[in-house]
This record gives sequence, C-alpha cells and structure tokens, in this order.
Amino acid sequence: MSTPTAPAPPRTSQLATFWLDGDLYGVEVEHVQEVLRSQSITRVPLAPPAVAGLINLRGQVVTAIELRERLGRPARPEGTEAVVIVVRLHGEAVSLLVDSIADVVDVDMRDFEAPPDTLDGSARELIRGAYKLAGQLLLALDVNRAVGA
Amino acid sequence: MEGLDDIVEEFLVESHENLDQLDQDLVALEQDPRSRERLSSIFRTIHTIKGTSGFLAFNRLEEVAHVGENLLSRLRDGALDLTPHRTDALLQMVDCVRALLTAIEASGGEGGVDVARTVASLSAALDDAPPAAAPPAPAPTARTAAKRTRRAPARKAVTPRAVTPGAVTPEALAPEAPDTPAAVPPAVPGPAPEVRPEPADAGRRGVADSTIRVDVDLLDALMLLVGELVLTRNQIVQYVGRQTDQDLVRASQRLNLIASELQEGVMKTRMQPIDHIWSKLPRVVRDLGLQCGKSVRLEMEGRETELDKTLLEAVKDPLTHLVRNSVDHGVESPAERLAAGKPAEGVLTLRARHESGQVVVEVADDGAGIDPARIGAKAVERGLLTADALSRLSPADVLQLVFLPGFSTAAAVTNVSGRGVGMDVVKTNIESIGGTIEVESVAGRGTCTRLRIPLTLAIVPALTIECAGDRYAIPQISLQELVALDAEKAAAAVEEVGGASVYRLRGELLPLVRLADVLGLPSDRHDGHVVIAVLRSEGRRFGLVVDRVINTEEIVVKALGGQMKAIGLYSGATVLGDGAVALILDVQALARRALRPETAERQESRAARTTTTTAAAAERQRMLLAAIGGGRRVAIPLDTVTRLEQVRSETVERVGSREVVQYRGAILPIVRLDRHLGAFGGEDREVLEVIVYAHHGRSVAIVVEEILDIVDGEASARSDIDDLGLLGSAVIGDRVTELLDVRAAILAADPVFYSSPPGAALPGAPTGGRSPAVDLDGVPASFLEV
Repeated sequence: MSTPTAPAPPRTSQLATFWLDGDLYGVEVEHVQEVLRSQSITRVPLAPPAVAGLINLRGQVVTAIELRERLGRPARPEGTEAVVIVVRLHGEAVSLLVDSIADVVDVDMRDFEAPPDTLDGSARELIRGAYKLAGQLLLALDVNRAVGA
Repeated sequence: MEGLDDIVEEFLVESHENLDQLDQDLVALEQDPRSRERLSSIFRTIHTIKGTSGFLAFNRLEEVAHVGENLLSRLRDGALDLTPHRTDALLQMVDCVRALLTAIEASGGEGGVDVARTVASLSAALDDAPPAAAPPAPAPTARTAAKRTRRAPARKAVTPRAVTPGAVTPEALAPEAPDTPAAVPPAVPGPAPEVRPEPADAGRRGVADSTIRVDVDLLDALMLLVGELVLTRNQIVQYVGRQTDQDLVRASQRLNLIASELQEGVMKTRMQPIDHIWSKLPRVVRDLGLQCGKSVRLEMEGRETELDKTLLEAVKDPLTHLVRNSVDHGVESPAERLAAGKPAEGVLTLRARHESGQVVVEVADDGAGIDPARIGAKAVERGLLTADALSRLSPADVLQLVFLPGFSTAAAVTNVSGRGVGMDVVKTNIESIGGTIEVESVAGRGTCTRLRIPLTLAIVPALTIECAGDRYAIPQISLQELVALDAEKAAAAVEEVGGASVYRLRGELLPLVRLADVLGLPSDRHDGHVVIAVLRSEGRRFGLVVDRVINTEEIVVKALGGQMKAIGLYSGATVLGDGAVALILDVQALARRALRPETAERQESRAARTTTTTAAAAERQRMLLAAIGGGRRVAIPLDTVTRLEQVRSETVERVGSREVVQYRGAILPIVRLDRHLGAFGGEDREVLEVIVYAHHGRSVAIVVEEILDIVDGEASARSDIDDLGLLGSAVIGDRVTELLDVRAAILAADPVFYSSPPGAALPGAPTGGRSPAVDLDGVPASFLEV
C-alpha cells in the first residue's frame, strides 16, 4: 500500500475492495467490521430477493444482503461460495455477500469520477462513483443504499 | 418502610445520594473557593431539597434548606466569599439536613430534630458575623426560645410574617432576600442538633442503603448477557444429552438450574409494579371528570402486579388513552346515569393480574357501553368495510372495529378524544410489544378493554417447528395445544369446507393454515401425516399445519433488520441451541394474513351467543348442513352448535325409553334426528355423527346421518312449511333444505333441558374445557397442557 505523493491536502481514503461478477468494488474501511467465509445462512421466505437470509454472528443475528442481486447481476455460479463482509452502519451490523475479497486500497479523490454512463439503472443508484486505478476501475459502493434493500 | 409513601421514599433515596455528593463538593470547594461550577451544583442540590420538602410539608427541612440556599446564592453570585466559617455553616447544614432525613425515614415525620442552631449559623454566615459568635454553650432559656421561634417560621418560612417586630433586619447586603427568617437573632445559640441515632433495629437497612440505583443500560447489557448464557446453556444441555458421563450430566443439570435462576433474577431487576404508571391516573380521571362534568371514581385492583420496565413504559401511553376514552365516552353524565337507574358517580376500574405468563390489564367502566349496531353503521359510513362484510361479523367482532384506523364514534369531537386517532394507535403500540387488545361491551352496562402483555420481551419460551426444511419458533404465549394425526386419521379428520381446510378438534371446527403455503415453500412432508399447532390470536383459534415439531426451548428474541419488517410475518429471529438462526413467527400477523374474518371463530363469545340467538334471528346466518337420511337435508344454525362429535353406536345405552351415551363423565341424552323428523333411511351404522348442544351446564346430542357442509344461509328464500320440528325450509346451495327447530329437537331428547337449574344433572359444559391433548414424542407433557 503506497501513500499518494500529492503535496496538496491529502484527500485520500481507504477502501476495502472485493470482486463481484468480474468487477472490483470498494467500501469505506471504517464501515467494515470483519470478513467471514462459509457461513450457514437461514433463508427468509417472502423477503425481498436481495435478502439472502440471516447469519449467526457470535450470537447476533445479522441480515445478509446478496450484492449480486442488489446490483442486478446474475446469480453466483453453482458451487462457488460467497464471502461475507460484515459492515456496521448506525451501530447495526449487516453483511454483504460478495464473490471474493481483495486488498485494502488507498484512493485519491483526484482519481474519482461520477459513475460511468454505461452502468444501468439499479446499479447506478448504489454506486457513488469510480476511482481510476492503474489498469483497473474501482467502483465505490454506497453502503447505506446497498443495505436498504 | 411501611407508612412511607413512594414519593417520600424516592425523595429520601435521592436526597441521601445528593448529600454525599454535597459533602465532597463542599470540601472540594474549600480548596477552590471560586469554582462557580461547584457552587452552582451545591445550590441546585439544596434548591431541590427545599422545593421537594416544601411540597411534602417537611417545614423544618424546608426552612434549613431555604436559609442555606440564600447563602449559597450569594456565594454563587459572588456577593459573598467563601470563608472557612461559611463552609462550616454549610457543612453543618448538610448534617442537619441529613439528621432530618434520618428522622423522616425512621418515623415519617421530622421528629425532634432541632434546626434553630443551624439556621442561626447560616444566617450569621450570611451576615458576615464573626465566627466566634456561633458556638457558645446553650442556655436552657435560649433553647425554649429557639424552639418557639423555630415553630413560628416553620409554618411558612417564606412569608414576611417571620419578620417579627423588634427584630431589626440585619442584612444590609440582602435586600433581595427579605424572607430570611430574621426572627432568629444571629447571636442566639441553639442546642446542638439532636441527631438522635434512632434505635435502628439491627439488620434492617435504611432506605438509602437497601436500594441502589442502576443504569437501565447496564441492566439491558446484563439481560443480553443472560440471553447469551441461556443460549449457550441450551447448546450444552443438548450436547450433554447425548453423553453418558455422569459427572458431566450432573454439572450440566446444575448449569441448567443456575442459568434459569440467574435469568429469573436479572429479569426481576427490570420488573416494576404497574402502580408506577397507574399512580398518575387518579389525577387524570379527576381533572377529566371535572372537565366533562362527570363524576368518576377510579378503582384499582392488582396494582402490585409487576412487569418489565420497558414494557411498562410502552404501556403507559396506551393505558392513559384508554382511561381518558372511558371517562370521556364511556361514563355518562350524572343526569343520564340517574335516568338509567345507576348511581350518579361512575366507576372506572383498572385491573391487573398475571395469567399464564402474561400480564392482563383491564380498563373497565360501568358506562353506557358500546352499541355494535352503531359501531357497524359508522364503520360502513366511513368506508372501512362493506355492509356485506359487516353482516358476516359477529357482534363481538364488530366491536373490534373500533381499532381500525380512522374510526371514531364520538358524536362531538372534544379536546379530550374523538378525533378518530387513538384506538388504532393504542392497538399498534400494544402489538408492537407483542401484546394483544380486545374490547368487550354490554350496552347499558359498560365497556371493558383488555390488554394482554408479555411479561418480558427478551427471553420467551417457544416451540420450534420445522417447515420446508427450515426451523421456525412459535412463542408459547399463542400456543394452545399440539395435534398429531397419522395419514389415515388425517385423511378422515381434515376436511375441505368451501375450499378451506378445517379440522374437527374435539368436535369444534378449527380452520387450518398450512405454513408452507403461507411461506410459499414446498412442504417436505409427503407421508400424509399432519401436525397441527393450535394457536390463538385475538380471540380466534386456528391450526397451523407444520411439517414437524422439534422441541420447546427458551429463546432470546433478536430484532430483525429493517429490510424484513415489511414482510410482517416474523416478529424477530433467534439463535437456536445448535447455533442455527430461526425466524420467530408473528402469530397475529399470520392469523390476519391467512384467515378471513368470517372463518374465524370466537371461543369466548360462543357461550354467550348460543343463549341469545337460539331462534334464527339474523338475516344471514352460518348454517351447519347435515343429511338425516332419505335424501333430506337439515340446516342447523351454527351458533347453536357447541361441538361435533363421533360416537360409537355400541356405546349408546337405554334409560327407560330414551337413548343416552356416556360422554366425558356425564350422561348425554340423544335425539336421533331421522326419527325425530320422521325420516327413515338410517340403517344402523357403527359410528354416529353427533352434534352436541350445551346450555347452562346441560348437554344433549343430536344424531344425524352425515355432516355435509357449513354455509351462509339466506333467510329470504324461506317458506313456512308447518311441520313438526321444523322452522321452515330454504334453498341452500341449490337444494331445498329444512331448517331445524333446535329447541324442539332438544326438548325431545331432554324435556327438562331449559327448565332445570344449571349444572344440576350434567356437569361440565364442554365449551371451556380442554381435554388432554394428543401426546407427541419429544414434547414434555407439561407443555401439552397449555
């Protein structure tokens, strides 16, 4: 992790990044509580489709949001297991199901741009914008909206 | 501390705490005499004591606090400096106040504590008198004088009367404080404050020592921890159940016990008597009564009934609303009451009691009552439901319409109530804490609103069941019993009536709701077995068909995220013994979603209805259709039917010319409807279909060939065929159906049915009785007797 060399007021922040259907997304590090693998999920009949179910997080019951569904992406292929990112918002824990976890990345506001026009409707709502990293676009997820399923 | 009322006790506890703080503050103040912050804090404390003691008529305490307050206000404002002798005077004041509090605690009054000396030194400090003037030896004459002067201002320390002639107001500095009891000359020394250590009985702790204030957040945190402990306990008990190590089993049993006791203890710390919220109601009733020109007496029963503090808070506003409603709308004006032959003074009764793990709170008035017809008309007028839907509701159900949003029957909107908001909010609030509300009323006699509130929210006993491979929890509060049917029985006992499944539970028709259907999941029970959890919600009973019953366990209720609240089918989630998450079913929401109002049955009102609607009075009525042989069909008003039963024909015995059958330890007279109505088609069958009718403790059985259906009968198509035992006939379901004269049929079986005193011959009307439920593997027997 390299610190940006810009002399100007350091308008940087840290994003925890993850992969979802071939794209790289990021959420603010301060929101992320922990990352878990292979959790058993209790389904909730009649819940909105984006609600994957409930997870037992050390005795706390935490809602799991299927981010693929939320972003209008196809369902995760059979046989691949989701990774659970537990985020804490307004004191409450919510978890996001993603494909795989990636690095924590320092991003610079100067690399930031509004969401690309190619993003379609439902996903556009949930993306704050994109950071132009070297060779890769990092989509900044609006966590508050993403969990408001 | 009997004899002390709550307010005084609270005052004592609070003051003792404040005084301890005061001691510290004063000493600290000496180090830093200019600290305005500390001075303000001390001033506030004394000011509070003064105010409360004045309100509680502890005049001497008020007097001391008042003089102290004067001194403190000057110090605070910087008009005086804090010198050591002023500090002494203030500390002396604290001691004196403490002595007074001790006396109040011990005797309920201020006792013999003398305050003159303290008042004198405080006044002296106020006057900047030399410190030497304060403590000379007390003379006996001075003592009596001091006592007299003490009494005079003690009456009303703040009135100018205290300034007795001849006593020159010495404080030139204090024109803003003329109410200082100047009658006490600074130089007059009082006797040493008689801090008599009351002969405190050993072992009994004072108010301040026996209670301790604890942050509610801390209690909540403890409750959470206990919840976790209970979960872990469940896990361990489940695991140890499979072990054979005796020591381990014993240890786990101890853990089980201790965890339960701990849970109970922590729960108790959060319990408060309902009187906490009731105590404010007499004033509400009085003021409101005056405002409305009504005279209302408030009676309270069971004020010591305890429930969780959080729940208590949640119930406060709904309860106040109900009380206001009762005074405003329920109780009539004195003139109307006298005209109706009632005493001019109305009585509003609050009742609270524990009942099977719930707290039942009733608000009952002896007012005009609610007229179902008026409620119904109003609801239709407001467009809340159609006249057609209304006609299908029972009177008791009609009353519950007052809880619909936008409903108000007050002829005039007063500033008290009648704006059409309220009852629905009351209902919502009560339901949000897992409670229920229902209203009962007898026109002219009064109205009773009944709240059922769970004891606590955090940990509830629940039944875990399985459906479509997932486990769900059902709070036991709504569970009545469990029924397990094997495939053969289920095929016979579960019937389709008008597209809906019903089960005859000991003769009563129980609407069935299949959980898998409600959840939109495929049931994984394919062997034809049916497991029914009989649930009760808002006075209605229904059977929830589940795949399997797993267990009963204490579950810790966890809130669901906002994304799932809108589903309105789950009241929360919990972590089960094995660590899996299970959803908690919201039984009321389930009933509302799955049952149409007309399929519901009201158990409570059934007995009342059978007595009032014997004859076909209603325009539309629910009818039980039965075949009696020879192709004839008879309709029997469903209201008159208590239960349906099957009786083996060999159990029928003869007593004289009559047939009887032994039924639940009583002798049940039988009338065979085919013979009674002159139809002959019935060859002898092994099992007789029987309709049981009970009235005032007597029962008769009406034998038919076959129970066909339950329909809405229309009285319009009726023709009067004057035949023996029939009221007439009607076209029901495209077929001519005879309407049974129930009364005649019953009299044929038991000629003295209506005339003999209740309960004389046949005890135990089966309406309320619960016979032992079907036993189920793995479910404790005690549980089945819900």
